[in-house]
Amino acid sequence: MQLARVIGDVVATIKDANLTGIRLLILQPIAASGDDAGRTVVALDSVGAGVGENVFFVRGREAAFPFYPGEPPADATVIGIVDRWDMETQNSEQRTMNPELRPQNPEAGR
Amino acid sequence: MILARIVGTVVATRKDDRLVSNKLMIARPVDPHGKVEGSYLVAVDTVDAGFGETVLIVSGSSARMASGLKDCPVDAAIVGIVDTIQVRDGK
Repeated sequence: MQLARVIGDVVATIKDANLTGIRLLILQPIAASGDDAGRTVVALDSVGAGVGENVFFVRGREAAFPFYPGEPPADATVIGIVDRWDMETQNSEQRTMNPELRPQNPEAGR
Repeated sequence: MILARIVGTVVATRKDDRLVSNKLMIARPVDPHGKVEGSYLVAVDTVDAGFGETVLIVSGSSARMASGLKDCPVDAAIVGIVDTIQVRDGK
């Protein structure tokens, strides 16, 4: 599974019958630092993710499993919306990578 | 899935029996803004896509899940014709 940011969506009227009713999102894979990492990918949405959200997605044959017993031709599917993620930095302090949730500077109020 | 633009067709008389009567297209992967990236690939067309159209290509073993491709020796299938792409990358 990989982290990604949802940057857009795709509309396709003519498509495989098993894709009907499934939303298609454009994902930009990201590194743990939040920076872009690699090419964009179009993924199916199984969790109701929206543009601007950080998500994680699965690649390969398993991408069809969230839609069981349906069998859409999927090679990438968003399977979770990320609230936050934490990384251990070199000086061992925890850092929250989602800037919106990052704790405020403790010095600020003093 | 990746976005790609159809840039050509492939004709092959001698091929695997399970590929008979499938349309083979040459596609060029593009980014969401339409800029080409990467090299060409040959994909089986399941939606009657045409030259110049932007399509959705599913690759890997999932390509066999496209309609009519069960048990076919295929690793890229065109499964949708793109109408619109909306990108709102706020970062």
